[in-house]
Amino acid sequence: MAEYEAVIGLEVHVQLKTNTKMFCSCKNEFGGAPNSHVCPVCLGMPGVLPTPNEEAIIKTILTGEMLECQIAPRCKFDRKNYFYPDMPKNYQISQYDEPLCANGAVTLNLLAFPKDVQNDPKVNFDKKIRLERIHLEEDVAKSFHYDGASGIDFNRAGTPLMEIVSKADIATPEEAFAYLTALKQILIYGGVSDADMEKGQMRCDVNVSIRPKGQKEYGTKVEIKNLNSISAVRKSLHYEILRQTADVEAGVPIIQQTRRWDDGRGETFMMRTKEKAHDYRYFPDPDLLPLNTEEGLHQTAKSRLPELPAAKKSRLVADYAVTEYQASVLASEVALANYFEKAAANAKNKSAVANFLLNDYFATGGDIENIPVNPEFFSELSNLVEEGKINTKQAKEVFPKMVAENKAPSVLVKELGLSQITDTAALEALCDQAIAANPRSVADFKAGKTNAVNALKGQVMKLSKGQANPQVVGDILLKKLSA
Amino acid sequence: MSSPLYTESVASLRRKLAAKEITAVDVADQLLARIEQADGKLNAYNFKPDAAKVRAAAQAADLSKPLGGVPIAIKDVINVQGDPCTCSSKILQGYTAPYDATVIKKLREAGAVLVGRTNMDEFAMGSSTENSSWGVTRNPWDTDRIPGGSSGGSAAVVGGHEAFAALGSDTGGSIRQPAALCGCVGLKPTYGRVSRYGLVAFASSLDQIGPFTKTVEDAALLMEVISGHDPKDNTSVNRPVPKYTDALKQDLRGMKLGVPKEYFISGIDPEVEAATKAAIEHFAKQGAEIVDISLPHTEYACAVYYIIAPAEASANLARFEGVRYGNRVKNPKDILDLYRSTREQGFGPEVKRRIILGTYVLSSGYYDAYYNRAQKVRQLIKRDFEQAFTKCDAILTPTSPTAAFKVGEKTSDPLQMYLADIFTIAVNLAGVCGISIPCGFTKSKLPIGLQIIGAQWGEENVLRAAHGYEQTTEWHKELPGI
Amino acid sequence: MASPDIDVRYVADLARLNLSDAEAATFQKQLSDILGYVAQLEKVDVSSVAAFSGPVVNNLRPDVLGESLPVEVALSNAPQQENNLIVVPKMIE
Ligand SMILES: [Mg+2]
Ligand SMILES: [Zn+2]
Repeated sequence: MAEYEAVIGLEVHVQLKTNTKMFCSCKNEFGGAPNSHVCPVCLGMPGVLPTPNEEAIIKTILTGEMLECQIAPRCKFDRKNYFYPDMPKNYQISQYDEPLCANGAVTLNLLAFPKDVQNDPKVNFDKKIRLERIHLEEDVAKSFHYDGASGIDFNRAGTPLMEIVSKADIATPEEAFAYLTALKQILIYGGVSDADMEKGQMRCDVNVSIRPKGQKEYGTKVEIKNLNSISAVRKSLHYEILRQTADVEAGVPIIQQTRRWDDGRGETFMMRTKEKAHDYRYFPDPDLLPLNTEEGLHQTAKSRLPELPAAKKSRLVADYAVTEYQASVLASEVALANYFEKAAANAKNKSAVANFLLNDYFATGGDIENIPVNPEFFSELSNLVEEGKINTKQAKEVFPKMVAENKAPSVLVKELGLSQITDTAALEALCDQAIAANPRSVADFKAGKTNAVNALKGQVMKLSKGQANPQVVGDILLKKLSA
Repeated sequence: MSSPLYTESVASLRRKLAAKEITAVDVADQLLARIEQADGKLNAYNFKPDAAKVRAAAQAADLSKPLGGVPIAIKDVINVQGDPCTCSSKILQGYTAPYDATVIKKLREAGAVLVGRTNMDEFAMGSSTENSSWGVTRNPWDTDRIPGGSSGGSAAVVGGHEAFAALGSDTGGSIRQPAALCGCVGLKPTYGRVSRYGLVAFASSLDQIGPFTKTVEDAALLMEVISGHDPKDNTSVNRPVPKYTDALKQDLRGMKLGVPKEYFISGIDPEVEAATKAAIEHFAKQGAEIVDISLPHTEYACAVYYIIAPAEASANLARFEGVRYGNRVKNPKDILDLYRSTREQGFGPEVKRRIILGTYVLSSGYYDAYYNRAQKVRQLIKRDFEQAFTKCDAILTPTSPTAAFKVGEKTSDPLQMYLADIFTIAVNLAGVCGISIPCGFTKSKLPIGLQIIGAQWGEENVLRAAHGYEQTTEWHKELPGI
Repeated sequence: MASPDIDVRYVADLARLNLSDAEAATFQKQLSDILGYVAQLEKVDVSSVAAFSGPVVNNLRPDVLGESLPVEVALSNAPQQENNLIVVPKMIE
């Protein structure tokens, strides 16, 4: 029996974060009362003309720069002609033969993959998925469907939309998941889009075909629509690859078609087979003059290039002495990395801050957008431990209160009465007490079982109600037992 | 006997208003009366001015403004907030413009009084104003004849003294050709000079709004008001607007005027040819230097135009389908039927013909052979003009190969109709400017127009030449029988 | 370009235009004539000519909020509306 491999390509539409629409100065905003952000231009009234939004062009170039694309020196817009009630002019202003950005790639990373495959040795976590192009266009209106009628809200019509087309480099549903996760991460890094699939800010169409392993020619491709989350993309691909494989093995030929993903049922359903090919009659939009991106636009975009995840990770390892793993997690979200850098700024042990943030804080169920804690408190807490003023066990007692009340750790330590006993005289007395009460342990130690000192140490800690400095206690005990 | 007030030019009206010889309300009243008297015969207005509104506007007009108190008619293809804008099409019945075109804003700021919407060929497609859902407009010099087109209504109201001036639009000759046929002045500005925002697009890369006037001086006055960069029109150019009336102070001496041999070949009516040649001689007598030039790709202009203009139009007119505004067919079976039937019933035959032609030349497999090739030949036509203007300041040609033809004479043969624009089309393709001024009459007293073509931003030369000719001839003083 | 073999019905369908049989027949003839006429462009040597295009100008709009229309004005021209939505027969995906 032949083994099959999948060939997957993704077409992603991304809503750009701008104040205004692509070709008019109406508000670019999610939601709003129906038809409240519209004007003659975005309603396609007779006689209106488009005026291109500078910021949208800069953000598209910035995206191209972040994704290693070539930026076209000349930017022109074309009309894509087809009739649909959600498209006011019955043509979409888009880019055809001269996309603003060409080629480029999205580099995957371990943490972009689904958790359940992050330990799978067969996965190539650093794979590069090449891009075909990125172009800029306008979005269509939103429609609502009723019995026998549809209602249209033009608030979204004309908002700026980037189309990012990958090459068919994706081989598994997990890679598709990682591609979208990594892409989203970069878009957020650049402040280009919030890229939330559930909110429709990022929309993904999938093309998938299968072929016997080793075969050069592609199989017949199937398009999947209605994918509302990154995990839906993964699930739908698993389903579709199995379905196609079963068909091919049963001798049923795959027909070119568009299928709809039903997330509730976990299945794809046929929407339509590819009828006659669309004839979009693209031609350069005569209402829009071509632009020279080398006159300022490209330069402005470059000046806004952020530090990207890979670079940030290396810098965190170098500057903060955190582990590779901690650095990857921190760099996976720009808000998290930014917070960490503030939190660790004054810490003597910055890796300890990373631990508090990544383990203790996320264990409370909080997220990074809404973290209520003054970041400086992380430095303060880790320094209290580092300076021996409290021990790590006490720190764990302080932490939840610090998060819940946004109170300085030094204040909490006092409130909780948690200062550590480092007064040698007091500790010597406790050590003497422990030695007197445990002759057996003392005998064991003298007989060469050096571990026995730990039992005595435990006793001292107990007697001090956990407030003794364990380091100092150990030193005193050894001195006394060896005397 | 002095001629009636409604025959005055804008400039003389302005002088009389300034001297308080008349009031703006007098002007409005006399014009309204004239329209009542003449428009029944001409059918030049789709929407005649509302008397009460016009009087109120005249009363309120600020006479210190450049067009203060001057009534101006608007082609029914330019959006005026709160008014209909039908483009002479059934598909836009019931549409009320929710905004002002930029030229309308400028006219209002200049104190003009807007009077009525003028008839036109549907969506500016035609050369005779016969393709109108409002019926044919008649030529004021002979009501059996067409006024030219597509801005036939604007030409007829100015030529027939139903308005002191009017705005039209010119995509392939739609201002100059009807101006020639109706015996008035019509100017097509350089592409990018006047904002297109609010002009319902026919062919976006060719359309320009321009004035119809009784004199060249009036054309200069209107150009000073309507020109200029508009951030709402990406193709409008950021370049200072000259004081065009200053260009009129110089006479013709020392001007170099080119005569292209390609414009005097077969097909041209002998009377038109004779009048044009006489005009050229007149220029020479007035001290202009006449130079022979060549525009070798002119013969292809019409073919290029009838690919590019319909292609752009096929997309521009896709928005008229009855979803958001205008006429929608009753009880459509489904959304496809809504589109197909609304457009079938809403568009006239010429519009349908051009939509099909334009859709075809852009369709898969034909784009390179038609659209792309046409855009290359267009580049050659543009280059011809650039070269010609290294040798001369302006170019003299006939405006139209014939005087006004009879209503119905060419309606069955679209190709013959298309060739009526043979002398004007190249100007739009090259993006340069041109004017048509009266230069004679046929034996049967039909006006003949002379076209003066200028380079890009060459309006001052065109106006200077046109004014120099007008001031030394009498043609523009003739009044039609209407 | 030589064969002006325009399929009027197919093209009218792309343009979402119903045609009567009579109209289709008339247009077929007229459009063939016009295409025959424009075929003269084949004679022009365009091998070293770039297609006409407007000037390259960065005439861009700053991303600053402007005025929108009040909903009632925006919808005042709509042939059919309900709940501030423009209504059409059910759209097919
Ligand atoms: Mg797209
Ligand atoms: Zn808008």
